[in-house]
Amino acid sequence: MKTTYREAVRAGLRQALQTDPGVFLMGEDVGRYGGAYAASRGLLEEFGPDRVRDTPLSESAFVGAGIGAALGGMRPIVEVMTVNFSLLALDQIVNNAATLRHMSGGQLSVPLVIRMATGAGRQLAAQHSHSLECWYAHIPGIRVLAPATLEDARGMLLAALRMSDPVVIFEHASLYPVEGELADAAGPVDLDHAVVRRPGADVTIVTYGGSLAKSLAAAEELARDGIGAEVLDLRTLRPLDLDGIMASVRKTRRAVIVDEAWRTGSLAGEIAACIMERAFGDLEAPVARVCSAEVPIPYARQLEEAALPQTPAIVSAVRAVVGRR
Amino acid sequence: MTTAAAPGPALEREPALARLGTMLRIRRFEEKAAELYAAGKIRGFLHLYIGEEAVAAGVMPALTPEDNVVATYREHGQALARGVPAGAIMAEMFGRANGCSRGRGGSMHLFDVSRRFFGGYAIVGGGLPIAVGLALADRLRARPAITACFFGDGAVAEGEFHESLNLAALWRLPVLFLCENNLYAMGTALSRHQSQTDIARKAQAYDVASAAVDGMDVLAVEAAARRAAEAVRRDGRPYLLELRTYRFRAHSMYDPDLYRTKDEIAVWKQRDPIRLLRARLEAEGLLSAETLGQLEAEAEAEVAGAVAEAEAGPLEPVTDLLRDVCASAGT
Repeated sequence: MKTTYREAVRAGLRQALQTDPGVFLMGEDVGRYGGAYAASRGLLEEFGPDRVRDTPLSESAFVGAGIGAALGGMRPIVEVMTVNFSLLALDQIVNNAATLRHMSGGQLSVPLVIRMATGAGRQLAAQHSHSLECWYAHIPGIRVLAPATLEDARGMLLAALRMSDPVVIFEHASLYPVEGELADAAGPVDLDHAVVRRPGADVTIVTYGGSLAKSLAAAEELARDGIGAEVLDLRTLRPLDLDGIMASVRKTRRAVIVDEAWRTGSLAGEIAACIMERAFGDLEAPVARVCSAEVPIPYARQLEEAALPQTPAIVSAVRAVVGRR
Repeated sequence: MTTAAAPGPALEREPALARLGTMLRIRRFEEKAAELYAAGKIRGFLHLYIGEEAVAAGVMPALTPEDNVVATYREHGQALARGVPAGAIMAEMFGRANGCSRGRGGSMHLFDVSRRFFGGYAIVGGGLPIAVGLALADRLRARPAITACFFGDGAVAEGEFHESLNLAALWRLPVLFLCENNLYAMGTALSRHQSQTDIARKAQAYDVASAAVDGMDVLAVEAAARRAAEAVRRDGRPYLLELRTYRFRAHSMYDPDLYRTKDEIAVWKQRDPIRLLRARLEAEGLLSAETLGQLEAEAEAEVAGAVAEAEAGPLEPVTDLLRDVCASAGT
């Protein structure tokens, strides 16, 4: 059926609420408002206020309450409106959710799903445009997912709800209106593997989330010049599917990493280091990165566009790596 | 809000002796821990409960085994009073595999899920949202239990205190908030970090019932805790009980204790909770030298047994370093 990313998320939420009485959704404006991105519209009416809970603007308390409810036998889905606000809940996620299993010697599990919107591109300026997936991907004890397709938007949520670890799901804000096909019966998806979204022989573009579409557009343009770019969607940012990355890079012998985060300390840097450690001998060119400029994301359209990875920059980076400027 | 200035409850011998026994167990355990820290057997941060024993010893009898307990990093007393075996706690501080957290937590992170002891939280204020969530789960699962959440006066300055009181009140959740006010947030006196030093009063802003009680009088603590727990069970709403106490030792083993006077400590030691209860029992002819000797001997024996258990405990093999990071493969 034809649907949108937003509706795919909603379908996943509805399916989870329908099938597991332990599941409940809470967060800022998820109920009466319908979700800041309208992902939960209609769910309050369908499932009632006990299972679709509007919270105060208390990120630390309601994320912590999600952790506590998970310890107490529930299966909470916490929506933090955006990654920007998740900084107010970092203590709970990093110090509690991620540590409790280990710190308790394996006695506790925190089966909690935290969803949040991420990314820039809508002229929202420096405080509403962060891409901090790599901060979370740095932390042992949590899983980090970045669904970039409709199938993953629905299926990753359902798969995350089958895990007994805390899972953080990043939904890039630019994806919600994206339209596409999704099977009515689409269910949980595999969380362990990166997926080749477009095969190619000459270079691997490693990317995730909101940068996937830009990378696919770049591959399309490059194909017109006879450059076969393979686009690898990481999907899971922690733990990384290093085998999947290496399999593609060993085949193409070249890699460009596209990451909307700032270059310094980025996931792109981590992936480049892993390629160097594991596939250095297979490389025919240095690994390249296309990341955001090192600037708080500015408001003005032309400045914001210049700050973010864009298709022309990806095309240029690939041309440089394959030696065909 | 009520303030428990009323005369203490009538003295009943058996429960009073039990509380004295609990306080003695905690005191001897903590004294041994300090000794073993000096000997290098225990490392890391060690926060002793000496002086505050009446709080844990008085509160725990108000809870049932089905209730949840969330504690802080100064939680040996709560763990012991809740029934976590002394040997498992001592072994944890020795970093042994038979410790209650398999040597992964140490002094600040004691866990015993079988006793619904949901842990020591070492980021000040960090346990409060967890307690709210445990109570929410109980509410949603129709489990008739309450969640007791210990925290210090320092936590009152954290946003999580205010967020958690508001959320628990808004959602009518059965949380018993227990503020162990020992007058210092590490080295900063309450009057130097709070504009309103009457902590129990803060609950009014969230429409939460509250009371304050002399935290050095174990029987007054128990009576106040029973009233508070009963209110939470009956009304299904949160309650804030402030327990006014004092720690006789430094904040941690690293603390040179330069921020308070010896006189101040000496004055508070006159109100040593063990000494107070003992004097009261003796004045009423309810505590013989023999009984006291027996309680002391039991405490000593328990601590000696705990140390032996810790000494004999195996070390977790380094090959198991990465266990219990995630349930599934990979970290």
